[in-house]
Amino acid sequence: MKSLKILSILLIVAFLAAGCGAKAPAELKVAVLAPLSGPVPTFGNSTRDGFLLAVEEWNAKGGVLGMTVVPVVEDSQCTPDPAVNAANKVINQDGVHYIIGEVCSKASIPVSEIANAAGVIQISPTSTNPSVTVDANGVTKGYIFRACFIDPFQGLVGAKFASENLGAKTAFLMVDQANDYVKGLAEAFKKSFTELGGTIVGEESYTANDTDFSAILAKVADANPDVIYLPDYYNIVNLAAKQAKEKGITAPFMGGDGWDSSDLDVVAAAGGYFTNHYSAEDPRPEVQTFVAAYTAKYGSTPDALATLAYDATNLMFQAITEAGADDTAKVKAALEGITFNGVSGTIKFDASHNPIKSATILKVTAEGVKFEAVVNP
Amino acid sequence: MQTISQKQKSIHIVTPNSFLAWIGKFLLILIALFALFVLAKNLIAKPSLFAQNVLDGLKLGFVYALIALGYTMVYGIVKLINFAHGDVFMVGAFVSFFAVEFLGLHVWPLAVFPNINPLLANVLGTITIILLSMVICVLLAITIERVAYKPLRDAPRIAALITAIGVSFFLEYFGLLEFVFSARFIPYKRPFEEMTWYIKDGIHQVEAGVTTPPGSITFSNIFVVIVIATVLAQLFLQYLVRRTKIGIAMRATSFDKPTARLMGINVDQVISFTFGIGAAFAALGGVLFAIAYPSIKTLMGVYPGLKAFVAAVLGGIGSIPGAFVGALIMGQAEVLTSAYVSTPMRDAIAFSILIIVLLIRPTGIFGEPEKEKA
Repeated sequence: MKSLKILSILLIVAFLAAGCGAKAPAELKVAVLAPLSGPVPTFGNSTRDGFLLAVEEWNAKGGVLGMTVVPVVEDSQCTPDPAVNAANKVINQDGVHYIIGEVCSKASIPVSEIANAAGVIQISPTSTNPSVTVDANGVTKGYIFRACFIDPFQGLVGAKFASENLGAKTAFLMVDQANDYVKGLAEAFKKSFTELGGTIVGEESYTANDTDFSAILAKVADANPDVIYLPDYYNIVNLAAKQAKEKGITAPFMGGDGWDSSDLDVVAAAGGYFTNHYSAEDPRPEVQTFVAAYTAKYGSTPDALATLAYDATNLMFQAITEAGADDTAKVKAALEGITFNGVSGTIKFDASHNPIKSATILKVTAEGVKFEAVVNP
Repeated sequence: MQTISQKQKSIHIVTPNSFLAWIGKFLLILIALFALFVLAKNLIAKPSLFAQNVLDGLKLGFVYALIALGYTMVYGIVKLINFAHGDVFMVGAFVSFFAVEFLGLHVWPLAVFPNINPLLANVLGTITIILLSMVICVLLAITIERVAYKPLRDAPRIAALITAIGVSFFLEYFGLLEFVFSARFIPYKRPFEEMTWYIKDGIHQVEAGVTTPPGSITFSNIFVVIVIATVLAQLFLQYLVRRTKIGIAMRATSFDKPTARLMGINVDQVISFTFGIGAAFAALGGVLFAIAYPSIKTLMGVYPGLKAFVAAVLGGIGSIPGAFVGALIMGQAEVLTSAYVSTPMRDAIAFSILIIVLLIRPTGIFGEPEKEKA
């Protein structure tokens, strides 16, 4: 009697184990490394929400290649050590082959070393530092990609918009020589604007401590350019734009995603334009479908971080689908040749695994920031 | 005995010293001539642009003058360089920010008298804001004086100087706390709307969205307000120091503290009063600076404070007209450097002027040579 009982238990266990074994290939584990705590928790929450929405949508459609996606969420704190620990945990313990993250470049870079060595695909949604996808010797890390454009790309798109959409022939550059972000954008703008037939009528530098821009703006007024390119953060833009109004300067200011802040003085900067990753007001159906789904699930409008995380996740799943198997070498090849139509634009990868994609141009008006156009490179 | 030994000392080093000084002066004259040449060349090339820069330099210089007055007065009385002065300036700007943004104090005349002339309403509202900032800053400065400086009145001067630096750091890093002023750049809402005019065949108003004709010189009502406020403050101070009883007491205290005390002057009160007046001017400067450059942050007082200090030393620390003239020179030096050399060089050149003046005339432009040295 007892032996029968034991036998039946063993049988049940065996069946269960068999069941598990049969079910295992139908699961696809994907991890997100998001800074849920640390200096930028709002970035982490948005990233996780965008990721989970994409996972939910694919599972509702029947999964990726018939496999149910199992999300693994880890807090990587926007800091190298916790991010490395999280990456080791998901790769070695959870057996994950696909990572979305990190948000911050300084955390994404050490994670990329581990992922690339383990042959695990990593797509960072928002890290803009070139070293995320390229190592110190300038060799592309094969398994590492990103979904956002890198900084200088915004200068290129800004120049294209100024030249083609605004019809600008002359531009004036204001540059903080000590800030790599500003310098990178300004140099790219200068190069592209000149190539498109425009003239740079003046270039002036300042420092981040400056509050008085009168001498520079007097030169701007004297040169009377069609646009003024100031790709700095909103605080410098607020000061310079206000003082420009006092000088009777009407040429629009232009800049990059450093302007994207609720503290941007929209009255002072009214008439200006800046490049950004995405706008919730973009009328394209991809954007509006996503905004509606996100708002229904979380009750708030998605920001750029949620959007890029959503795009990075969908990009990963589309690549796996195109590869036809849960095999990272094939997925890597698929990503390199992919044309992905995402919310933040159509993505193709260059040799350094940086996306060639469209950027969104936003217009500053006294009532707020409005969607203006999507510019393709 | 002392004079003899000093004479002997100077005889020993007179030859190499005067030779070095001669080379130094010759070099300085060359630099000055070169600077004049650059300025003259640009003046001839584009007179309107040059005039515009001079006007912008005046705007900056007038604000520095208000801060420099506080440094120079406090130094004149207690021989203390009050490094916390730049931070009192910052507090003044923040008080006006809170008054405008959260209390809406600048619109009270319109709320109380709906039929009032809008210009008068603006003037009254702005004056209210300035007065509120002044009162808070005066209280702050008197508290600082009582808590941090008064106990050290008889201590060596270096102790008081280090305390002043400590107070400055305290105000800055207390202000940086998230629940105080935070470390953010805060867009400043002006208590009045700005209006701009340009000079080109007469004075015209600049209209929104219309580019001013080339070669015109622009100025705004903010510039006018700054000039009027600073000139009034300067005249008031001259009157106060020269013509009133407290002014006589201040001068007496500055000249000889123990004797002034023997003459029945309440020296502590006079010193507190001096700190208060200095802080009131710093508050006025803070509000005007925030109106002119409308983005405020907790560390906004550091650079203007330092430059106003240089202006005070340049003009001759302790001298009220000196502070004013020194500040105007600093303003011009900064804007003209920015216009004709390069903007990142502006601070370097502004501070080099200090070194040059101290080399040629250590007591500053208006300073009297010190008769005694402890």
